[in-house]
Amino acid sequence: MSVSNGVRTGLTPSESATVPEAVTGPAGAGVGTGAGPFGAETVAAAAEIIARYPIGRQRSALLPLLHLVQAEEGCVTAEGVEFCARQLGITAAEVHAVASFYTMYKRHPVGDWLVSVCTNLSCSLVGGQQVYDRLSEKLGVGHDQTTADGKITLEHAECLAACDYAPVMTVNYDFYDGVDPDTAEGIVESLARGERPMPTRGGPLCTFAEVSRQLAGFEDPRPEGVAGTGFLEPSVAGLTVAEQAGWRGEIAGTEPVDGPAGAAPVEQVLPDEMPADGARSGAAPAAGGPAVTSAAEDPTSAPAAPKTEGA
Amino acid sequence: MPVTPVLTAHWKVPGIWSLETYERHGGYRSVRAAFDLGPDEIIKMVKDSGLRGRGGAGFPTGMKWSFIPQGDGKPHYLVVNADEGEPGTCKDAPLMMTDPHSLIEGIIVASFAVRASRAFVYVRGELVHAARRLRNATAEAYRAGYLGQNILGSGFDLDLVIHSGAGAYICGEETALLDSLEGRRGQPRLRPPFPATHGLYNSPTVINNVETITSVPFIVNNGVEWFRSMGTEKSPGPKIYSLSGHVTRPGQYEAPMGTTLRELLELAGGVRGGRQLKAWTPGGSSTPMLTAEHLDVPLDFDGVMAAGSLLGTAALMIMDDTTEMVPVVRRLTQFYAHESCGKCTPCREGTTWMVQILSRMERGQGNPRDVDTLTDACGNIFGRAFCALADGAVSPIQSGIKYFPEEFAAAATPREQPGSGDGVAAGSTNALAGAH
Repeated sequence: MSVSNGVRTGLTPSESATVPEAVTGPAGAGVGTGAGPFGAETVAAAAEIIARYPIGRQRSALLPLLHLVQAEEGCVTAEGVEFCARQLGITAAEVHAVASFYTMYKRHPVGDWLVSVCTNLSCSLVGGQQVYDRLSEKLGVGHDQTTADGKITLEHAECLAACDYAPVMTVNYDFYDGVDPDTAEGIVESLARGERPMPTRGGPLCTFAEVSRQLAGFEDPRPEGVAGTGFLEPSVAGLTVAEQAGWRGEIAGTEPVDGPAGAAPVEQVLPDEMPADGARSGAAPAAGGPAVTSAAEDPTSAPAAPKTEGA
Repeated sequence: MPVTPVLTAHWKVPGIWSLETYERHGGYRSVRAAFDLGPDEIIKMVKDSGLRGRGGAGFPTGMKWSFIPQGDGKPHYLVVNADEGEPGTCKDAPLMMTDPHSLIEGIIVASFAVRASRAFVYVRGELVHAARRLRNATAEAYRAGYLGQNILGSGFDLDLVIHSGAGAYICGEETALLDSLEGRRGQPRLRPPFPATHGLYNSPTVINNVETITSVPFIVNNGVEWFRSMGTEKSPGPKIYSLSGHVTRPGQYEAPMGTTLRELLELAGGVRGGRQLKAWTPGGSSTPMLTAEHLDVPLDFDGVMAAGSLLGTAALMIMDDTTEMVPVVRRLTQFYAHESCGKCTPCREGTTWMVQILSRMERGQGNPRDVDTLTDACGNIFGRAFCALADGAVSPIQSGIKYFPEEFAAAATPREQPGSGDGVAAGSTNALAGAH
C-alpha cells in the first residue's frame, strides 16, 4: 500500500521511482541497483531464497529474507522492511507485523557477538540466572542491550533446547555448555579482546552477520562449520549406559546388514575425550582459553561431500 | 528395564552426519524398501506399528497420514516440526546435530507414503548448528539422488527445504507453524478444518515431530512386530527421555515407552548429591508437575494421563528437595507470558497478570486471596484459547498449588521484607539455585 510505503523514510529517489507496488519476478529486477546496503548482491540472494518456495507462495520467504536483512544491517531497519516488501510484493506494514513478532529479529543493531544466556527452569535450577547476572554486571548492560563499543549484545534467552547441558549460553547461537559465572565471564572477556573462543558444540564462532546469512538458509561456507562438534556426553548418556551394560544386542534389528557395525570406532574415541560428566565439569571453556573440546566426531571424515559426488 | 538405543544408536559414530558414513552404517536402506512396498503399505505398517506422535500430543501417526485425501489433484506437503522449545525438551536438537541424515531418510519415506512432493523442516531459529548439519545433509542427499527428481529411478520426486524460524515458541504449535512457514506471525488457526485437508497453502499437509518421522525408517526396515516388542500395548516403541535439572547425569536416555522415572533415575545416577526428589515434569513445562509419589508411573501416553499429567515430550525436569516451588512456578509462568502470541485474550492477559501475582508473592508481598485468584484465573484460561499454549501455561500453577499448597499459602501471607531493588530477579537467583 502506498500509505505504508510513504511513511517509511530512507527510500532513495531511484528506488522510489522504479519500484512497482508488487514485483512480478522473484528478483525484483532493477530494484537494488542503487547504492546502500541492499544492492544487487542482496537482491540476487533474495531471489535465490524466494525460488525455494512454490511459485505464487513467495511470502514463505519472508522469515529468511528478514534474516538476510539482519545479515546486512545487524537488525531489521525501516529500509530492511521496505526491501522485503519489495521483493515479495507485500506492504511494509505486513512485513513489520511479522518482524515485530519474532524474538530473533532485532530492532536495534546487534553487536558482533550476541550473547544469550538461558534462564529458563532447567538452567536456573543449576545457576543460569547467576550466569546472566554476572555477565550483566560485567558488561554493564541489561537484556537486549549492547556494550558501548558496539561489540557485545546481551540477552536472557528462553529455553535453548539444551537442558541436559545446563546452564547454557550461546554466542551467535553456537553453544557454550555447562557454564558457570566464571567461565561465562571468561568467554565474554575473550570476545572483548577480539578473540573467538571455541564453542563446546557448534562450529567455530561466526559473526552475527555470518550466522544471519545461514539463518536465511545459505549453507555455512566453512567446512569447519558443519564439522563442528555435534554432541558431548549428555546427548549420548543413555547410549553410554547401553554400551557399558552390553545392551547393544537388544537392538539387533537396527544394526546395518552390511558394512561394519557402529560400535567399533566408538570405544576408541569417546572415553578419553568425553568424561562422564563432561559438559558440567570438564568441558566448559576455561576463561579466555582456546578450544576446550576437540571435536568428538572424527574430523577426518569432514566434510564428506566430495566423496559422495560419484554416487 | 534396559535402555534401547534405536534412534540414538549411531549418535556416537564419528562422522555419522556425513552421507558416506551414514550409508556405511546402513543409511537410506529404507528408501529402496519403501519404493518396493508402495505408499499404502507403508501407511499400513505405520498404522499397525502403533507409532504415536512424539511431539507431545501422542496422536497415532498412521491414522494422521491416512487422513490425507488421495487422488485429489492438490499438492500434498510434509512439514517436520523441528521447532523444539518446550522448556525441558532437548531431544530433537541432538538428533539433528548428530544424525541429520536419519531425519532426511524418514522424510523421504514419509513423503512417499503421503504422496507429498515437497517437504519442509521448520527448524527452530536458535538451533543454528542443527540447521547447518541438516542443510549439509540435504545437499549431500540431493547429490546422491535421494532427493530431487525421479529418486533412485522410482519416478518419485521430492524437494526438501530447511527453513529456520526466528524465535517464537508458539511456532511449535502446528497451525501456528504453518502460518509462520507461510511468512506470517505465528498464530494458531481455528480447527477444523485440520491441516490434513487444509494445511500449508490450504493443501493437505502432514505435520510430524522430528522423532516421529525419524522412527519411520526403523519400522520399515525392521517390521511392525519388532517395533511393538518395545513399549506398551497402546504406546509401542522406544522413546527418547530427556533428563535435566537436579540429576547426576543429565542427558538423553532412549528406553521403551512405559519406563518409569525410578528406572530412568537409576540409569542417570539418581538425584544430584544424593538428595530427595521433590517435583518433576513428565513432559516439559506444559505438563502438570508430579512428585516422588509418582516415581513408578509408567511413562507412556496413557500411564501419565492416568496419573493426572501428560507425557508431552518426555522431558523430565528434576527438582530436588531444596527447590522452592513458588519461584519455579513464577519462572515458568514468565515463559508463557513471553511466548503467548497474543491472539486470545485469556492467555495474553491471564499469563501477564499471573506473573505479577506470583512475583509479588515471591517478594514477600502476597495477600491471602492470591491463591484463590490464581486458581480462578487458571480456570478462566484453560480451554478458552485457540491452542494448547494456554492450557500448558496453567499446568505449573495448578499442579504447584495442588502438590505444594503450604508453600503457596505461606507466600500468600505478607512478610516483612526490606526493599531490595528488583526483587524478582534477585529472589529467583537464590530460590532456584541457592542450594548449588
